[in-house]
Amino acid sequence: MSLSEGPEQPRIGVDEWVASAEERRARSPLARAQDAIERVPAAVKLVALVVPFAVFPLFVDSAYLMQVGIDTLVFVLLALGLNVAVGWVGLLDLGYVAFFGIGAYLYAAVASEYAGRYWDAAIAIPVIAVAVAVSGFLVGLPSRRLVGDYLAIVTLFFLQLWLVVLINASWSRGPNGISDIYPLQFFGRQVTSLDGYFYVALIAFVVIISFLYLLNQSRTGRAWRALREDELAAELMTMPVSRLKLMGFAVGAGIAGVAGAIYAPVQGAVFPANFDLVLLITLYAMVVLGGAGSLVGVTVGAVLINGLLEALNDADNASWIFYGVVAIALIALLRPWWQPIAVLGSTVVFGFAVHEIAEQARPSLVGGATFGDSRIDRLVDSWVLLPQNILTGDGLPTGWLGRLAYIALVASVLGLTLVRSHLWRLVGLVPVLYLAACVWANLLVSQPAVARFVLIGGMLVGLMAYRPEGLFGKQRVEIV
Amino acid sequence: MAAELMAEERAPLLEVRGLSLAFGGVRCLDGLDLTVWEGEVVSVIGPNGAGKTTLFNVITGVYPPEAGEILFEGKSVLGLDPHQIARRGIARTFQTLRLFLNMTVKENVMAAAYGHTRAGVVRSVLRTPGMRREEREIEQLAEERLAFFGDRLVGYRWRQPAYSLSYANRRRLEIARATAAKPRLLLLDEPAAGMNPVETHEMTELIGRLREEGGYTILVIEHDMHVVEGISDRVVALDHGIKIAEGTFGEVATDPRVVEAYLGTSAAERK
Repeated sequence: MSLSEGPEQPRIGVDEWVASAEERRARSPLARAQDAIERVPAAVKLVALVVPFAVFPLFVDSAYLMQVGIDTLVFVLLALGLNVAVGWVGLLDLGYVAFFGIGAYLYAAVASEYAGRYWDAAIAIPVIAVAVAVSGFLVGLPSRRLVGDYLAIVTLFFLQLWLVVLINASWSRGPNGISDIYPLQFFGRQVTSLDGYFYVALIAFVVIISFLYLLNQSRTGRAWRALREDELAAELMTMPVSRLKLMGFAVGAGIAGVAGAIYAPVQGAVFPANFDLVLLITLYAMVVLGGAGSLVGVTVGAVLINGLLEALNDADNASWIFYGVVAIALIALLRPWWQPIAVLGSTVVFGFAVHEIAEQARPSLVGGATFGDSRIDRLVDSWVLLPQNILTGDGLPTGWLGRLAYIALVASVLGLTLVRSHLWRLVGLVPVLYLAACVWANLLVSQPAVARFVLIGGMLVGLMAYRPEGLFGKQRVEIV
Repeated sequence: MAAELMAEERAPLLEVRGLSLAFGGVRCLDGLDLTVWEGEVVSVIGPNGAGKTTLFNVITGVYPPEAGEILFEGKSVLGLDPHQIARRGIARTFQTLRLFLNMTVKENVMAAAYGHTRAGVVRSVLRTPGMRREEREIEQLAEERLAFFGDRLVGYRWRQPAYSLSYANRRRLEIARATAAKPRLLLLDEPAAGMNPVETHEMTELIGRLREEGGYTILVIEHDMHVVEGISDRVVALDHGIKIAEGTFGEVATDPRVVEAYLGTSAAERK
């Protein structure tokens, strides 16, 4: 058996087809566009991310919208910090919100009438960032050998512990919170306007996203990604896995601390209820929607979710968003192009038919009007079933149809997922869509606080089914 | 033999004494002694379940042994974390490939340079000149280690995710990654498993080149006897965690205990 291969022998393993993959790829315009986007320098991407924020105050003159803008930036900071543990290191950290709380309460401890101190923010924010990072390190210490569900349980316990302490301790004033927090003050100059706070949060965003980008492009970032892929292999390839995990915990916690130190003076008060599970779930939704692991993704995810949550508070916007999302989802998911049109058209016809029959049989079924009064609500008034007693409640309890339809909707959506044939699925979609419109007009539109979570939840479920890696995330291959 | 005399003069690189480990009631390693001299290629053979991979796992610190001593370069590595042992200079590959699947080919190799590079969080974020130089060096190291495999893992492959590689290329990438940790001792766990005859042949040449050009001392687990014959200075045969034979390939391959371990008693008697 000779040990050398002759040049005339076929070269096994050197696959021309694979080698020419680049050339073949270059022929597709979509791939070329993707490559072009990838080649854009990071600094340009950063500017593209920041400019829309930076001009936001110039076009907005309502205090409410400025407040929403500041909240959105705080959410972006929180999502960026959560992404370190969840997206990069791959740790399911359910105690993350506690670090936000620690940061906020620490600010209250160094700058409030209650504490009797007023630190300059130029000192307070860095000190709080480091202090909260250290607390993240300490929380990580006992749990660094845990993975997956076990880590999730331990960190969730830590969050609950933190909340219980906050609510019951005297130094935190219990559920009443600390409400006389001083505004941020840089080098003796107080930040007084909402615009000022917005730009402080924006500067924090630029600093933190740059910090994270550079960190990710270093040996530390590589090691995080490696240990997320395979802990044992990373450890055996010279990477100190426990220490790297603790570092991830600490970095994420420190960022949450900065967010807290900005949030507390914006609100002027901190309460235990600000740092609960709802916030945690919202943050996870942001990271998951945007794409865990992608800095641009989690930023966009946070803006989208917070923007939607705010927009959905208003019944007029909410109806537009509801009908819009349904239509866009149909167009995006059904191929070829005539299928969404056919389904939407059939739904409209189906609705009018049902409406007509109901009117003939029992006029009270369609005599009502919805709570929402945007143009689109008035449009669907004469199309969906709206019982007369929707607001007055004579005879049957108020909103009975909405509640009944809600249960029927959930059941029929589940039923629809069991249908195998594509054609029958399309057919089944028509009454389901109509049912959804009835639920919306009868029930959800009058309860925006509930409706927004239902709608966002539905959108997330749909997105996860068709794009599990999130909007900007990279698809991961687990087993090959 | 001249080679053996020379080996005696040098200090042993790895010395394993009386190594024992049991899982539940199963003895995986039972008082195992093993010495690897600098510059040697030593093969570990034995039937399935003989304790070969467990031996690797104990040497690299994945499992702590119940008894025994492991000396690397004359110093004990017992009680160290696996990454500390790897930094001392022992790198390995895995029988069940454990690549960082969603990272690129080049990043897989670059990640293993963690142990001998320094830049911390602050320097990474400030992009100091020292950090930039280090990054360039890591990248060069990775390219050089991948170039070791001829045109298998170069050029367009660098940007591809590891999961897109063929089985044989994954085995090569694992070796490249292990060498990027700058080890003195390489532990290769079945490097030719699942390869076709030509690739197996290549792997035989490659292990020789790793010793000659790379200067690594190599401890290798292998089932393919052609490979074992082609590469080994010495062969150690294990069965039930006990060393049943040691010597040149010819000596071990004809040892009645080895034949018995592989083929059963009656076959050994017929010989």
